[in-house]
Amino acid sequence: MRDDDDKVVEKEGISRRNFLKVSGISLTVPLVLGPRVVRAGGADVKVFGPGKVPVTLMVNGKAMKTEVEPRVTLLEALRNDFDLTGAKRVCDRATCGACTVIVDGKPTYSCTVLAIEAQGRGITTVEGLMQGDKLHPVQQAFVDNDAQQCGFCTPGFVVACKAFLDKHPNPTPEQVQQGLGGNLCRCGTYMGIRAAVLQAANQQKGGRRNG
Amino acid sequence: MAEYKWPEADKRTLIGKRISRVDGPQKVSGRAKYSFDYNPKGLLFGKIVRSPHAHAKITSIDTSAAERMPGVKAVHIVQQPGTELFWAGASVAAVAAVDEATAEDAARAVKVVYEVLPHLVVDRDPKMAGDNARPSAAQTAGDADKAFAEAEVTVEGFYGLPVITHCCLEPHGSVMEWQGEQNVLAHLSTQAVSGAPAQIARPLEIPAANVRCVQDHIGGGFGSKFSPDEWDITAARLAKKAGAPVKMFNERDAELMVAGTRPSAYAKVKIALKKDGTITGWQSESWASGGMGSGGSPPLPYIFNIPNQRKQHTAIVNNVGSARAWRAPGHPQACAITMTALEDAAAALKMDPVDFFLKNIDMTGARAAIYREELGIAADLIGWKKNWHERGDKTAGPIKRGMGLSMHTWGGLGHPSDCDLTIQPDGSIEMKMGTQDLGTGTRTAVMIVVADTLGVPLEAVKLMIGDSRYPVSGASGGSTTIGGVSASARRASLDALDGLFAKVAPALNADPNELEAVGGKIQVKGHPDRSLSWQQACQKLGGMPLTVRGKNPGPGSLINQGVGGVQMADVSVDVETGIVKMNRIVAVQDCGLIIDLKTAESQVYGALIMGVGYALYEEKIMDQKLGRMLNPNMEFYKLAGIGDIGDFKVHMMTGKGYDERGVIGLGEPPVISPGAAISNAVANAIGVRVPTLPLTPDKVLAALEQKGGRKDASI
Repeated sequence: MRDDDDKVVEKEGISRRNFLKVSGISLTVPLVLGPRVVRAGGADVKVFGPGKVPVTLMVNGKAMKTEVEPRVTLLEALRNDFDLTGAKRVCDRATCGACTVIVDGKPTYSCTVLAIEAQGRGITTVEGLMQGDKLHPVQQAFVDNDAQQCGFCTPGFVVACKAFLDKHPNPTPEQVQQGLGGNLCRCGTYMGIRAAVLQAANQQKGGRRNG
Repeated sequence: MAEYKWPEADKRTLIGKRISRVDGPQKVSGRAKYSFDYNPKGLLFGKIVRSPHAHAKITSIDTSAAERMPGVKAVHIVQQPGTELFWAGASVAAVAAVDEATAEDAARAVKVVYEVLPHLVVDRDPKMAGDNARPSAAQTAGDADKAFAEAEVTVEGFYGLPVITHCCLEPHGSVMEWQGEQNVLAHLSTQAVSGAPAQIARPLEIPAANVRCVQDHIGGGFGSKFSPDEWDITAARLAKKAGAPVKMFNERDAELMVAGTRPSAYAKVKIALKKDGTITGWQSESWASGGMGSGGSPPLPYIFNIPNQRKQHTAIVNNVGSARAWRAPGHPQACAITMTALEDAAAALKMDPVDFFLKNIDMTGARAAIYREELGIAADLIGWKKNWHERGDKTAGPIKRGMGLSMHTWGGLGHPSDCDLTIQPDGSIEMKMGTQDLGTGTRTAVMIVVADTLGVPLEAVKLMIGDSRYPVSGASGGSTTIGGVSASARRASLDALDGLFAKVAPALNADPNELEAVGGKIQVKGHPDRSLSWQQACQKLGGMPLTVRGKNPGPGSLINQGVGGVQMADVSVDVETGIVKMNRIVAVQDCGLIIDLKTAESQVYGALIMGVGYALYEEKIMDQKLGRMLNPNMEFYKLAGIGDIGDFKVHMMTGKGYDERGVIGLGEPPVISPGAAISNAVANAIGVRVPTLPLTPDKVLAALEQKGGRKDASI
């Protein structure tokens, strides 16, 4: 992540490292649903699990319910529980961006957020970008500029581009390279992606002017 | 009888144009389903218990704790006690459970005791390899002794590139689903859909006819996904035991450890020359590793058939996950060694490398004229004459700029491919082919050929691929797909037209061979007034559809092989930090007749980016003490990012003189040269060769220190 505030893995709540510390404590807690409070690091911390807990996620404007263990990531819940498989698991370590979704307006690596921590937040996945049968301008620009080959990184890139353009509606080529540096492609589609971002930016500007 | 050839340039409506890939909308919207995305009802998750040791014998396996865990549905021992394992990450046992977390817990609960054995995982020094070094006999051509004795100038150097991985973004794996006791539905991530059933059936001891392999999309293969893996078979065994489908895909660390590598290659090279730049002799002592199967021997010297040669190669067998084909097997290695050694020779003679390569271009044989033309075009596009300088940028300041070049070749002959083309009486068109689209644009290309030939719009063609029940089409590798599928699709389309023309001719009062299909009509050639619309024409089929089988190989000359490419790189190097920054790469490439210019160019861009990756960043770093890979993740196994690649100019050699050759594969060739071109540009910038790829800052600084007189600097 090269643009520090463009992508937020987890600013509030429990990071993966802290979660591991907490889960070490939670092993001594009996198997119950729902949180209990323990002292950890001098503060009261809500402990969930270790068994499955009910989780409600607001995904693409719909409340979706499941039961998962607290250690399950948002990515795994999306893919395995809700069959929303647009976000991909590739590095599983917040390096490659293939799992990017938008959480409360910010592009987020869903492999590094726990599902329970994503409750109460607005989550947009690649499946939520189309308006009916019509591709989002970013998606259309990816098609027009052949910004995809195998396509496995593409959903993550599309979502990252959408979030990037929301924040930088009129980006310079340098900003594009900086702002999308948190996603990786193996087939080598970056030339198309650069062109796609600029096309989508121009179209969105046009759309705003006309609208 | 149809005449099997491609349409003339002025008759092509879709072939050779810039067409957006047909599955683009599915991919950008997340609707494209990969095997990894398949979630059938009742799905279980499989996990593998892997050896932590590079070389060990299994003493005992205790699965009892795992079997007792709630949610665990099947446990399978992959390798019995007493079995020797040859690399870290090798499968020992496997579990299937109701969710991934439970499966991980269960895999961790399997207790395996190993007898640890000595290992070798490194390859930089063949002397360290002992019995694992397998030298082959020297090969000679001409009279190397005489050439070196009479040489006016002799240049020596050491060159090499390490083992790298494929790092497919979709890991290797499958969802295996039994349908009854004897039938398997395999959702496999594969480059060879048609070939998969036989390979899945054999170890499961069921008839291959009972296995169906399907795959809509694949998240990268690059040569590493030709065959189902042991863990796919294991998934099928777990699924049978559990009575439920099992999803088994490698975690990222396993993917980088066990799912394939590109072999390394290192060489000490000596070149004999005349002062005028004529190359008279080549001598190389090379070695390479690629795991237990070794890595093959790179074809040295690359492209230039130097008259007098002495070569000796040593294969190093080591305890690393085995090599697999990696885009253009053997060529990037041979190219990186040869083209850097030759550029060092040019520098020693103080010759411009373009002049040096041209001086010796006849040694490249049949493609010499193409290389000559491409060298000229590439030099113009990058401004070689204006910007090239002798080795070592003499300008002040820490940023040094340089340019380098390289050349490559590949075959790319189309593979055997069958297809069934059906035209229905209502005019709808259906094409079935057991091929697969690796993201190269195979779907788009097949539809272009069918639509162009039948004179209908692209959308009129319904294409079905990625299913072993469709006509057999070859594995996608070695740049063989486009030739295979385009030729069989063209033959099928021409034969279908023949069949249709025979039915339609009476209605148009014409002879069938007077008819043509253009613009959605069947008409008498040159007489648009004597025509039927496509739908009207297809009604003449009567009640039954027309189906024809297209084949490759087959009659006529639609495909060819043998291409040449030239690439030139422009880099800036910070001699204080050692960081190499890409400015530009110019790639000039021929590939015969292009079906879709847009996706063809994407192939070249992609190859250049992959090339920047292995030139600057990628290495499978093995620790000899631990016997393990130190960077089995994407944080430290670095791929090039969107800001790392500089700018590209791709020039495809098309039109007269090229199109007539027919279709030739393009996937491999452009990935061959970037390593050498970038290394040469860095040497030109900083005035000294960084001998091995990747050109990381530490190696750049070490080379600069050696140049400055420090002999102990490690490179």
